[in-house]
Amino acid sequence: MRWRRLTRNRLSFGALCVILAVTLTSLLAPWVAPYDPDNPDAEATLASVSMRHPLGTDVYGRDQLSRVIHAGRIDLLVALCATAIALTLGSALGAGAGYRGGWVDQLVMRSVDAIMAFPAFILAMAITAALGNSIANVVAAIAITHVPIYTRLIRGEMLRVRETEYAEAARTVGNRPHQIVLYHLLPNCVPPLVVQATLAMGFAILTVAALSFIGLGIHPPQSEWGQMTAEGAGYVVSGEWWLVLFPGFAIMLTVLAFNLVGDTLRDLLDPRMRGVR
Amino acid sequence: MGFGRYVLQRLLLVIPTLFGVTLIAFTLTYLLPGNPALVKAGALATPEHVAEIERRMGLDRPVPVQYWRYVTGLLRGDLGESSSTGRPVLEDFRQRIPATLELTLASLIVAVAIGIPFGVLSAVHRDTVLDHLSRLLGVGGVAMPSFWTGLLLLYVFFYLLGVAPAPLGRIAADVTPPTRILGLYVVDALLTANGTALVSSLHHLMLPALTLGFAVMAPLTRMVRATMLEILESDYVTAAWAAGLPRRRVIYGDALRNALIPVITLLGVIFGFLMAGNVVVEMVFAWPGLGHYAVTSLMTKDPGPIQSFVLFVAVMYVLVNLGVDLLYGLADPRIRLR
Repeated sequence: MRWRRLTRNRLSFGALCVILAVTLTSLLAPWVAPYDPDNPDAEATLASVSMRHPLGTDVYGRDQLSRVIHAGRIDLLVALCATAIALTLGSALGAGAGYRGGWVDQLVMRSVDAIMAFPAFILAMAITAALGNSIANVVAAIAITHVPIYTRLIRGEMLRVRETEYAEAARTVGNRPHQIVLYHLLPNCVPPLVVQATLAMGFAILTVAALSFIGLGIHPPQSEWGQMTAEGAGYVVSGEWWLVLFPGFAIMLTVLAFNLVGDTLRDLLDPRMRGVR
Repeated sequence: MGFGRYVLQRLLLVIPTLFGVTLIAFTLTYLLPGNPALVKAGALATPEHVAEIERRMGLDRPVPVQYWRYVTGLLRGDLGESSSTGRPVLEDFRQRIPATLELTLASLIVAVAIGIPFGVLSAVHRDTVLDHLSRLLGVGGVAMPSFWTGLLLLYVFFYLLGVAPAPLGRIAADVTPPTRILGLYVVDALLTANGTALVSSLHHLMLPALTLGFAVMAPLTRMVRATMLEILESDYVTAAWAAGLPRRRVIYGDALRNALIPVITLLGVIFGFLMAGNVVVEMVFAWPGLGHYAVTSLMTKDPGPIQSFVLFVAVMYVLVNLGVDLLYGLADPRIRLR
């Protein structure tokens, strides 16, 4: 039993290292990447894995390693912004609905239900299609589809904590409602929020990648993992495997890392939800 | 509360949800920057021409009126027109639904046939190599983008081994599709006893179904394993052991039957997964279904089909979730009492 917990921690420690490594290489991309990601090498187009180009080159002779590293910036940035916006907006709505109750609660929850009536990826697709292709629109699309997660979570927590004695005490000494929610109740909802946000990061990365893969969202020459995979897709049938393997692997590794860390955080911070998923 | 009242209550809840769904779909289609009149008029149209089209499409009317016309149109089956095929979207949909349905059903079969036994075995043989493998697939499966899985399968089975066909649709180019009965090539070929078409369509279905099935398998295996573990530790299973009932009967009879009930709740999630996965997998294998249609028309700057596709999927999703709730209420009477 002890041994298993250890490997589990070792696993999540490894996952944490992966997240850190991906974040660092993305931040330091211009310095870490061996080549300029957009610079073609005419002597080595569609070159396989070699010492000169560790992950091979694409049809224009652009270095795949440099492109994968630079692509990480977009994927992480979009996922992070979308998660931050969804978390803020969702918590605010959830807090309002849970604390006020009544028609506010009804209005918020029915809107959330309508959003949740769509499969998340399908809705993100529709929003990006309607707003137009740009990084900001992809962020908006993912944020909107993620809002319900936090709204429902915080509303449930609010219903629970607003009846507690410390909430009653805060009311008795004359705090205004927004002060009670902001300073006394919300801080107690942080642990489950952190868990959800970590798991949502993985899902957000998958969504950005899939949107770009089908041609919505991030456009060439800007490199992005899903869009790189799409560019390489045509070459799989003629045997140029490196164009697809590496960007896809980057997606899987990063998403897996976020999921593992999220699962471990849930076990640590939120024992009630242990074993739910 | 009786089951009848539960059904009625649940049915009534569908109305506000569908209202919300159409409202969102309407907003996305008509109120956002990509003005449908502009799209229809083309890039070279004069402002007068655009205004004329706007008037003809009713876009100059107040928003509630537009929404009303949109909803009544939907009820008549009017999903708009596709500017790339020049035909009503509904007609294009009818033609492509069987392809999507065939892929979805085949993937579901793959996921259930592999995922459920895997989950059960992994719970029964807890902490063995098999269990570790299944848990690895559980966490890895949800992290793998399905377009990547599909492309890797293509590389191995088409390029390296040469056992899979090129990703170019549902049937080989030199094979005539079977006579249309349901539109599902495999079923139609079976019904008309058309051996060549059956082999070719199964051959083409193999990799897409495996790709999509794999994506759905992970949550299924995870859930079956978790509920199975819980049940194997419950009092009635202990009692069954104590009574000396045979192992096979306890595990695969009593325990498994109860472990499958919560899986019903997962069907909604799985449907959502399948629909999202369909879009991507259809693109990888050039599978001529709804997702492929929606995405390709988007590439030709035709937003109509994609919005109708989204609405279609959402309505199906609402209905599937309704069905799931009703089934679950039937299977587990405690739910109705809430």
